[in-house]
Amino acid sequence: MTAAEDGTSPASGGDARVEFEGVDKSYDGRTLVVEDFNLTIRKGEFVTLLGPSGSGKTTILMMLAGFQTPTAGTIRIDGRSVEDLPPRRRGIGMVFQNYALFPHMTVGRNLAFPLEVRGLNAEERQERVERALQLVRLEGLEDRRPGQLSGGQQQRVAIARALVFEPDLVLMDEPLGALDRSLREEMQYEIRRIHQELAVTVVYVTHDQQEAMVMSDRIAVLKEGVVEQIAPPEALYEEPERAFVARFIGENNRLHGRVVTVDGDLCEVETGRERIRALRIADCEAGDRVTLSIRPERIAVNPEPGVYGNQVGASIRDLSFLGDHLRVRMDACGREDFIAKIPNIVGHGGILVGDTVRVGWTVTDCRALNFEEKGPH
Amino acid sequence: MTKAGGARTNPADPARRNRLRAVGLVLPLLVFILITFIAPLATMLVRSVHDPVVADAMPGTLAALSEWDGEGLPDESAYEAVARELVEAREARTLGQVAGRVNRVQSGLRSVFTRSARSLRDVTGGPWRDALEEIDEAWADAATWHAIRATGQRFTARHYLNAVDMQRLPDGSIAAQPEERRIYLPLLWRTLVVSAVITVFCLLLGYPVAHLIAHAPERRANLLLALVLVPFWTSLLVRTTAWIVLLQTQGVANDLLVALGLVGEDGRLAMIYNMTGTIIAMTHVLLPFMVLPLYSVMRAIPPQYMNAAASLGAGPAQAFFRVYWPQTLPGVGAGSLLVFILAIGYYITPALVGGSSGQLISNMVAYHMQTSLNWGLAAALGGILLAGVLVLYLLYDRLVGIERLSLG
Repeated sequence: MTAAEDGTSPASGGDARVEFEGVDKSYDGRTLVVEDFNLTIRKGEFVTLLGPSGSGKTTILMMLAGFQTPTAGTIRIDGRSVEDLPPRRRGIGMVFQNYALFPHMTVGRNLAFPLEVRGLNAEERQERVERALQLVRLEGLEDRRPGQLSGGQQQRVAIARALVFEPDLVLMDEPLGALDRSLREEMQYEIRRIHQELAVTVVYVTHDQQEAMVMSDRIAVLKEGVVEQIAPPEALYEEPERAFVARFIGENNRLHGRVVTVDGDLCEVETGRERIRALRIADCEAGDRVTLSIRPERIAVNPEPGVYGNQVGASIRDLSFLGDHLRVRMDACGREDFIAKIPNIVGHGGILVGDTVRVGWTVTDCRALNFEEKGPH
Repeated sequence: MTKAGGARTNPADPARRNRLRAVGLVLPLLVFILITFIAPLATMLVRSVHDPVVADAMPGTLAALSEWDGEGLPDESAYEAVARELVEAREARTLGQVAGRVNRVQSGLRSVFTRSARSLRDVTGGPWRDALEEIDEAWADAATWHAIRATGQRFTARHYLNAVDMQRLPDGSIAAQPEERRIYLPLLWRTLVVSAVITVFCLLLGYPVAHLIAHAPERRANLLLALVLVPFWTSLLVRTTAWIVLLQTQGVANDLLVALGLVGEDGRLAMIYNMTGTIIAMTHVLLPFMVLPLYSVMRAIPPQYMNAAASLGAGPAQAFFRVYWPQTLPGVGAGSLLVFILAIGYYITPALVGGSSGQLISNMVAYHMQTSLNWGLAAALGGILLAGVLVLYLLYDRLVGIERLSLG
C-alpha cells in the first residue's frame, strides 16, 4: 500500500514536513525489519507509529533521526533528502526511551547543552532554559541532577531538552514506557498540550494503543515491518482494513469463514452453520477465506426481528457487570468467546447464564477482512 | 512478644549462629592478613623510628655522656665506660652492629671502634682517655662522642631525616645534607615523575582499548578482554625478558628501525637498561590495571547518551568531551590511582631493565634491605612511600570521592 493509495495521507507537496518513500531496512541483508514504508507527515501533525515489539517502529524512528540508514528508499525532511545528513545536522528533537538525560549535569546544564553546542550566549540560554522548564511545569528544578528527580519529572526534563532548541520536528521513542499507569495517562495529556501549544510536528512510537489513540492525529499500525493501516484514531477503530488492526485496536469478535457470494461492497460469508452478511473490505472472491470482525458494543441481544441484517442464535455462558456496561460472553457462530457489551442505559431484560438468546448486528458493523488465523481472540 | 525476646538471647538463635559461623569463616583470612601483612608493616614502621642496638650495648657510656654539655670533650668517666663496653660488646659479638650504626652517622668510626676494642685487651688500667687517644686520635674528636650519643637514642627520627636527605648537626639543629650527598629526594622525585609518565601512557593507550571492548559485541569483547589479560597470565620475568629481546641494541626494534632506514647502523637507540626501558616495560606491565576499571565504567554507559548528544546537535568531539569523558572519570581516577600507586612501589621491572639510570626508590629500599643492611633507612623510605600513597588516596577522596572509585 502506498501513501497515495491509502487516501488518508495528503499529496506530497507544500505542507509536507517528513516523507518516507519506499523505505526498506535490513540489518543482516536477508530479512527486512522494515519493508516498503511510505508515509507523508504534514507540518504540525502528531503521527504515531504503533505496533508490537519487532514491528520495526523504532527502526523507522531511528532512520528518521539518522542513527540508522535505510537499505533502500528515501527519507525527506522539508523536501530535502536527508541521506547524507548526520543526526546532529537534522535539527530534530528526540526523546529517548529511558530519557538519556546526562547524569553528570544538572537539569539546567542538560537543557543548556543543545544551546551551548549551537553557540548561543549565556543570557539567551538562560532565557530559553527557563521557558522550556515553564513549558513542562518544572520551574525551579534547574540545579537538581537527573538522579534526584522522579520518573515523571525526568520525563518532563527529557521533553523540555528535546524542545529547548526549538526544533520543528520532535521524535519520541516510547517515552512513557517506564512510568506507572496513572502518571502515563497524565503525561499523555501533557504531551498533547505541549504539541498543541508549540505546533511542532511529532513522530511518536509506542506499543500502547490507548496512548496512541489519546494523542495522535494519525496512527500508522505496523506489523512485522509492514504498514497495516495509516488512519486517524476513529477510522482505525471504526473502519479497520486489516484483521490485525481490528484485533490490535480495541476489542472485537473474530469469525473465520468462507465467502459464498460477492455483491459489490457486500459479501455473504459461511461460518459453519450460519451465513453472515458483511462489508467486503478485503479484496475477496467467492471461495476465499476471510476473517469477520464485529465490535462487541455493536451487538444487540434479543433484538426486534428484522431490524438487523444478521441474526444468529447464542447461549449465554457468562455475565459480568462492569458498571458502564454488561459484558456478555456466549456461544455463537461456533465460538465460545463471542462477546457483547450492553451499555448500562438500555437495561438487559433479565438475561441469565444458560439462556438461549438471539443476537444481531447490522451488515455495516461487520467487516470481512483478510484471513488471519493466529492471534488471540 | 516475650517469646521473641527470649529467642534473641538464646545461644541457639539461628541469626546468632549464622553470625558466629560467618565470623568463623572469615577468621582464617583475618589471621593470615594479620600475620603476613599487618604485623610486618607495623614492625617495619616501628623499625624506622626505633633502634636499640647502641643503647643496649653501651648504657654506661650513654649515661656518662648525658652529663656532657657537648662542648669540648667528655670527662674521664665516659672514656672509662666506653673502654669497658667496647670490650664487652666485642665478647658479646655485637660490636659489628654497634660500629656499623655509629659509622652511618660519622663515617670512619667503624674501624676506630673495632681497632680500639681489639687494642683495649692489652690495656689494664686508666687513665682511659690517654689510652684511647693513643689507640686512635678520633677519640680526641668531639664528633665521635656526638655520633655515639646520637645513635644511642632508642627512638630516633634519624632514618627519616636520612631518607629526605637531611641530617642532625652536632648542636641538634636539622640541616640539609651537602649537595653531593643528596640521593633520596632526587630519587623520590624521579620515581614520582616516572610513575606519572607511566600513568599518562597507560591512560592514553588504555582508554581507546577499554572503549573498544566496552562497546564491542559480546563475543568480540570477551576475546579482546582475554587479550588484555594475557599479560596477567604470563610470568613477570618472561614478559620483562621479552622486552629485553625486543629493545636491546641488537634487538628486534633496533633491527627494524635500521632496516627501515630510520636510524643508521651506528645510531642504534639505547632503549633498555635506562629510564626508557623502565618506562616502556612498566607501561606494558601496568596497562591491564588501567584498562579493567575503565572497561567496567564504560560498559555501564548506555550508547543512548552519545545518540542523545548527537541529536541535540553536538559534534563527535563535543559529544565525547562533554558527555562521554566526564562519565568515565570514576574509571579514569581508579585506573590512574591504581597504576600510579603500583608504579611508585615497583621493583622487579626497573631492577631488570632499568640499568643504572632507570632505578626507582624501591630499588634503593631493596639495596638497604639486602646489601647495606640499613633496615632502619629502608623502613623509613618504605614509610615515606606508604604515607605518599595514603596522601594520594585522601586527595582522591577529597577531589572525586572514594565512593565513585570503580575498580570493576
